[in-house]
Amino acid sequence: MPDQPGKSAIEVRGVRKVFGTGDAQVAALDTVSVSIRENEFFTLLGPSGCGKTTLLRLIAGFDFPSEGEILLHGHDIAPLPPFKRPVNTVFQSYALFPHMTVAENIGFGLEMLGKPKTEIKARVAEMLKLVKMEALSARRTSQISGGQQQRVALARALAPQPKVLLLDEPLSALDYKLRKEMQIELKRLQHQTGITFIFVTHDQEEALTMSDRIAVMSAGKILQVGTPWDIYDRPAERFVADFIGETNFLTAAITGIGNGKARATLKSGVTIDATVAEGFQPKANATLVVRPEHAKLTGGKGDLSGTVENIVYFGTDTHIHVQLDSGEAFTVRQQNTRSAGCGFERGDKVGVSIGNDAAQVLRD
Amino acid sequence: MASAEEVAKAAERRDIRDRWLLSAPALLIIFLAATGPLLIVLVYSLLTPGPYGDVKWQFSPEAWISVFMERDIFDDTLSVAAAHVTIFWRSIKLAIVTTLATLALGFPTAYFMATRSEKTRDLWLFLITIPFWTNLLIRTFAVLQIIRNEGLINTVLLKLGIISAPIQILFTDTAILIGMAYVYLPLMVLPIYASMEKLDFRLVEAGYDLYATRFQVLRRIIFPLVKPGVIAGSILVFIPALGAYVTPILLGGGKTMMLSNLIEMQFGQGRNWPLGSALSIAVMIIVMVALLAYVRNAGRSEMRHG
Amino acid sequence: MARSFAIKHQPGFTAIAATCFVVLYLPIVILVVYAFNAATSTSEWGGFSLKWFQSAWQNTQVIDATLRSFQIGAIAATLATIAATMAALATTRTAAYPGLTFKYAAINQPLMVPEIVTGVALLIFFSRIKIFTGYSGLGYLIAAHTAFCIPFAYLPIRARLENMDLTLERAAADLYATPWRTFRRITLPLLWPGILAGLMLAFVISLDDVVITEFVKSGGQDTLPTYMLGQIRRGITPEINAISTVFLLLSVAIVTLFFFISRKRD
Repeated sequence: MPDQPGKSAIEVRGVRKVFGTGDAQVAALDTVSVSIRENEFFTLLGPSGCGKTTLLRLIAGFDFPSEGEILLHGHDIAPLPPFKRPVNTVFQSYALFPHMTVAENIGFGLEMLGKPKTEIKARVAEMLKLVKMEALSARRTSQISGGQQQRVALARALAPQPKVLLLDEPLSALDYKLRKEMQIELKRLQHQTGITFIFVTHDQEEALTMSDRIAVMSAGKILQVGTPWDIYDRPAERFVADFIGETNFLTAAITGIGNGKARATLKSGVTIDATVAEGFQPKANATLVVRPEHAKLTGGKGDLSGTVENIVYFGTDTHIHVQLDSGEAFTVRQQNTRSAGCGFERGDKVGVSIGNDAAQVLRD
Repeated sequence: MASAEEVAKAAERRDIRDRWLLSAPALLIIFLAATGPLLIVLVYSLLTPGPYGDVKWQFSPEAWISVFMERDIFDDTLSVAAAHVTIFWRSIKLAIVTTLATLALGFPTAYFMATRSEKTRDLWLFLITIPFWTNLLIRTFAVLQIIRNEGLINTVLLKLGIISAPIQILFTDTAILIGMAYVYLPLMVLPIYASMEKLDFRLVEAGYDLYATRFQVLRRIIFPLVKPGVIAGSILVFIPALGAYVTPILLGGGKTMMLSNLIEMQFGQGRNWPLGSALSIAVMIIVMVALLAYVRNAGRSEMRHG
Repeated sequence: MARSFAIKHQPGFTAIAATCFVVLYLPIVILVVYAFNAATSTSEWGGFSLKWFQSAWQNTQVIDATLRSFQIGAIAATLATIAATMAALATTRTAAYPGLTFKYAAINQPLMVPEIVTGVALLIFFSRIKIFTGYSGLGYLIAAHTAFCIPFAYLPIRARLENMDLTLERAAADLYATPWRTFRRITLPLLWPGILAGLMLAFVISLDDVVITEFVKSGGQDTLPTYMLGQIRRGITPEINAISTVFLLLSVAIVTLFFFISRKRD
């Protein structure tokens, strides 16, 4: 369903955020527009300093945009203070109130909304059950573990039934195993509550496994919005391709375009078909990306030829680094089997064959 | 509805306005009962003394001239006021020596405290905090009882036969020095300890690893890193030592005058409020010079440590 | 076997530190011991007695001065703490704004001037006001004490605030708490230990003051320290030791309390 355009929960329109004044001015967000749908698990992905947290803070109301609108179900909320927005946040540091119990923390938002005591009690109980923390409701937040604090933070933000839940790198403080668990837990909660989640992370793997859609950000701009599959297999720009997973970049001459496909002639002289990124402007030379697992090494001739430079064993697979005759570098990922080695050695002359539908032409 | 940017600007203006309103009571009280009156002192230092204390509202530079000069009663010629110069010099000298003495004792003490285990460190800190919080008058009184002729020091030395007659310590500059070093020592130890506690001893290990001796490690690694604490402690000791009032009265016995006694005299028997005011401002100028040196020094070391 | 190299050792430092601690406490111990001296002179030991405590207790001047000290200290410390708390809220956790440096300087000004100078300044200023208004009550002492207590009360409150996580208040705002409710429910409870520490520090500083009080007080307004100073200048009796001992006990009690409050983290 997430693939079909639904009603938008949050609509960011032409938002700019500038910090500082005069010469020291820095644009943390440079005219960003994005539409986040109802019931969607939407991820803002990018390296630190790309503006993803700034965008989240603008939606939460901790900062105000310098320009632009932020619509929540059609109403501009950008000028409202945080306590007037039906949007709640799970903070990176959890920000649990240390002088209150787990239950008091979870009930805080409802209390501030002036809900009757009986309703608060019932809702807190419900939330405690939802995050499986019933047994620890009377504990102080300093007396529970990091993973449990995470659950309380989630319950606290979900208790007032916000229209949108904002999550600011909520898993970054957890160790690997717990993080994996919480990823599944988060998906379950989103499914169960039907609330729109906007999730901020710099971890591409986390983004790919959890999201319905991802917006990849860099230097204050959104570069591409799409499903995990779009982002991984149909990257629009070099940054997106490079930031997510590993990629080979090849320069090619574009000899024909039509039907979303391009004919690209590689430096080796071989011509292959490639998909074309959205917004591609026809030009003579373009950059082509091929994921390492979408290419094969052959002993004889392939689409490209070169010499094996280095072989790195990864357990599940092996990465073979090839120096192409054209001077470019190329990596091939090869699934391992128990019985045999990878079949190549350093210095071997090899061919690289690129699979059908494995190449994508970038727009930059 | 106002745009988000307008709202943000208004919020910022409101925040700054609220911050001024919030600080207003503190600023007002301090202005009325501390800073403002200092400005009046400045004005008074430029007026003519009244016959029974206070001032006549008539400009006169006489008070400032009298800070270091003396007018001959008969022929009106000016000469250096030896008494004042002596008192200024003694006060500054005693304040500096007190600062150095507390530093010499306080630095190792702070180092000792900072190198204890985490648990016992709190105990040592507690032990240094108690005298810090104890009435200065009481502590000066305690010193008085130790150093007077019938006090502990002389009694013990007499009993041991090391001396045959009590040493006169009380009512000397030495007594004032001992008293001030005693009462101000915690003021030196605490800021140095605060810096020392943050010291990363892996840096010391690195120093030894790179062939430094114990003294070189102390001088080249530890001391530069805790210098802000040393400077803060020195300022905290120097300022009250320069204006010390209780210690000279009790331990100096009025025989050896210090700046505070000289100033007080002008408001008592001296009946020369303008001179008292001018002397007060002079003390403040000395303090200001010391503070400026501190600010410049602190600024420089901050720059060095990023 | 070679002894392992002690990284933290510096020759002589431990000896100096030990000397310092002994020297800091020895005079105080002697002072306390002589408070229990039966003899009239403080130079000889005449056996154990509580008579000097008794005589201090029956000395109306001592009791008056003590009560006055407490009265001034309690009012001045409370006012100073309230003003300092507000000032700390106004000067922490913010980007630099015009006037911030001025505020720091103004709040800390009383610390930067020797007490004698402040004393003289207040003597001049208040004597004018006394003539002008005819009022000569404790108000002057309370105002003076409040002013020099503010920077002391400000210190622990500011430290506590600066260590406080701003995201907690953001979280409260995110959970629909208005700024005032955020202050009441989050900021104030978390700041409380700092405020208590500031209050106690201010109280002790007020209780300890000699110099400014000496210059500001009108006739018959002796506080305990100025009364003691007058007595010591006239000659020492063990009664002063007895008063000091009680005073010391009070100080130690307050420090202990302060120490536990300020060391306690959350």
